[in-house]
Amino acid sequence: MLAHSLFFYAFSFIAIFSAIMVTASKNTVHSVFFLILDFISISCLFIMIGAEFLGMIMLIVYVGAVAVLFLFVVMMLNVAQQKKQWFSSFGSSKHIPLGVLISVIIFFELIIVIGGWKYKPEVVSSIMESQSIGVSNTHSIGNVLYTDYIHLFQLSGMILLVAMIGAIVLTYRKRAGLKRQSYFSQISRERSDSVQLADVPNKKGVDIDG
Amino acid sequence: MVDIGLGHYLTLGAVIFSIGVAGIFLNRKNIIVILMSIELILLAVNINLVSFSIFLNDLTGQIFTLFILTVAAAEAAIGLAIIVVYYRNTSNIDVEEIHSLKG
Repeated sequence: MLAHSLFFYAFSFIAIFSAIMVTASKNTVHSVFFLILDFISISCLFIMIGAEFLGMIMLIVYVGAVAVLFLFVVMMLNVAQQKKQWFSSFGSSKHIPLGVLISVIIFFELIIVIGGWKYKPEVVSSIMESQSIGVSNTHSIGNVLYTDYIHLFQLSGMILLVAMIGAIVLTYRKRAGLKRQSYFSQISRERSDSVQLADVPNKKGVDIDG
Repeated sequence: MVDIGLGHYLTLGAVIFSIGVAGIFLNRKNIIVILMSIELILLAVNINLVSFSIFLNDLTGQIFTLFILTVAAAEAAIGLAIIVVYYRNTSNIDVEEIHSLKG
């Protein structure tokens, strides 16, 4: 129990620290790295409380795909070094006190809700899918996901497809002056299009342009 | 203090959510950091859902987290594509320079 709480405090401290550094760091590449650290520590927390499948999926999806995508875009756009920082322009901007005020209000509202929150007595009886003992987390998620939630699962696949097509359509551009191979016009070329037999008169030649 | 309960995880989620909201408001740099703050907010929501799911022993929260993960990945891909197109047009993605909508 002591080890559990020690690990919880260590991972949550790392997560909160890196979340602050994501918004506050000077270099955008550093904030992407702190985002990766945040995802890793949160997925360690997930694995610790027993949601192993989601922890591993978080590692694969967020660290393996999303964060690398962010890193790729930051390096491609060459915007890593920024001229301005939010904490160097304190006082000059009107947004900053407003932003701090709004986030502090949201934080205290959430804390009040968490502090005053109690179980409803009949909530335990309304549980739909409980994880049975002796079955692994991945197994029980699969049991539920591919039976009761199969339509939502397919719908999320459609969302990913739409996102993929949308990203390709948004970033695709035709470049002027770029020579490309056109398979269709190559294959559909006939002999009559390209070969012309001419009756050449002696000592006169042919008029090519004509 | 030693016993880690549901409240600890919910507080962690609340702290990360507030940091994400503050990151959107305080950002004076480029739009990519705003997208990262949105990812932080979605992460905080995932923490809440997973901890409720574990402590109530109900798998529905974890299923829902899986779908949120999908939507977050799609959102990051589309948002970064829009940013790349915008950078190609204006060669600048500073937050203060983007005021075509006069907002």
